[in-house]
Amino acid sequence: MSADAAGRDDPFRASRWARVAWIALAVYVVYASSRMEISWERVVTGLENASRFFARMFPPNFERWELLLKGLLESLEIAVLSSAFGILLALPVGLAAARNLMPAWATWPARFVIVACRSFHPVIVAILFVKAVGFGALAGILALTVASIGFIGKLFTEAIEEISDKQVEAVRATGAPFASVLAFGVLPQVFSRFIGFSTYQLDSNLRNSTMVGIVGAGGIGGTLFAAFQRFDYDFVCAILIAIISLIMVGEVMATGVRKVFLEGATLADLFSRSGRAVRVRPLEGD
Amino acid sequence: MLELKRLSKSYVPGKPVLVDIDLEIAARGITSVIGPSGTGKSTLIRCVNRLVEPTSGEILFDGVDLAGLSGQRLRHARRHIGMVFQEYNLVERLTVMENLLSGRLGYVSPWAAWRRAFPPDDLRAAFELLDVVGLAGYANRRADALSGGQRQRVGIARAVMQRPKLLLADEPTSSLDPKTSVEIMQLLADVARSREIPVLVNMHDVELARRFADRIVGMSEGRIVYDGPPATLTDGVLKSIYGGEAWLH
Repeated sequence: MSADAAGRDDPFRASRWARVAWIALAVYVVYASSRMEISWERVVTGLENASRFFARMFPPNFERWELLLKGLLESLEIAVLSSAFGILLALPVGLAAARNLMPAWATWPARFVIVACRSFHPVIVAILFVKAVGFGALAGILALTVASIGFIGKLFTEAIEEISDKQVEAVRATGAPFASVLAFGVLPQVFSRFIGFSTYQLDSNLRNSTMVGIVGAGGIGGTLFAAFQRFDYDFVCAILIAIISLIMVGEVMATGVRKVFLEGATLADLFSRSGRAVRVRPLEGD
Repeated sequence: MLELKRLSKSYVPGKPVLVDIDLEIAARGITSVIGPSGTGKSTLIRCVNRLVEPTSGEILFDGVDLAGLSGQRLRHARRHIGMVFQEYNLVERLTVMENLLSGRLGYVSPWAAWRRAFPPDDLRAAFELLDVVGLAGYANRRADALSGGQRQRVGIARAVMQRPKLLLADEPTSSLDPKTSVEIMQLLADVARSREIPVLVNMHDVELARRFADRIVGMSEGRIVYDGPPATLTDGVLKSIYGGEAWLH
């Protein structure tokens, strides 16, 4: 690693501090695993427990399908309503936080709201709302609305801050009022990305809505948690299968929404196999 | 029509880009600003409609000093000044028609703009202009599907949609090939003459300026060093504008 014959500096010299950081990380991983008391014995008993547990899960038991369906529908309600409210509220907050369009007195409070909404995991927010408004779907809706404002608000702000100033400048130069500049110069540039992360958030809310029930905030999660505690593992299995189906249906729907909004596909295109091929642009479309 | 008085601009204090510019633009004709890169041509044009804030001086447009305006009064003044940009600055994801109609945004309410509820007169004018600039049938095409020359045609049409009293053009042909450049300048000149709109255009191509301008303003280091008809723009004058002489031969 010494300087070569020509007396120049070694072009591949590694930073000493980078090396120290790597060694420190390795030492910490070894130390942390020693504190976890991971032993071969524990792995063996764990595997035994797991096999017994899985054996009791099959065949799945759909006898209480009414309870299952009720939970699923409630989860779906939580996901759709929280996404709708979250997206509506995230629009003004995200816009107010964009530094290239708004003055500092608007961006700082808006950024604070976004950071506050993103600080806690939805489950922690759900616990707070269960304490505030009581058990049930309302707490779940409020919790996931908060999460949606944080996520969509942040991405919307970033999308606006990345737009081309030239296009905005041209609209501004026509003497357009601010709201018209937004409609013609800003929104067209961020619309496709907005649809992209809104559908992603709906998808994410659908998954989270099956989870907030564990802390009493409504939805299928509560049913799942109760089944676990009563050792009804065959019913647990039925619930898990139902959740997987729900997520998959949600995924298909989100893809459909993106196709309709971004590619101008019609509903008929979505359901016809021979219809024209519609390609979904990636989230980071130009 | 337009009169600049002692207009100065410094992006960095102590390093002026424009120094005490005095310039008067008549109510008709094409005035072309030429000069080396970085000499403040673009800044000069952008100061007129206040896309760039002048440091000092007056911008008298129809007798009103634009330098002192803000808010709604500035927006109302901008409605009368159309602008054509070097990189077209079309809103890429909007259609050609929407880009044209954005020239009318100063006159319709934001609510109408959101709903695309423009007056029938505006739509008629837009379709007529599409014919004029040779883009009939392109109304519903998205701007990002057009070639450079077509985009600049849309850019010109958008500016003319404002029914402006003055057209500014900031290097309108710099991103185009030589043949298209001539076509675009021809279009700009034709539209301006037929509608009697005075044009202030800056260009780096001296030959193109000579060919289309009625008057040439030469700038060097933030000052006007030549102001006259293309005919008297001699090699000697060009040398004083651009410096050196090897490039002239």
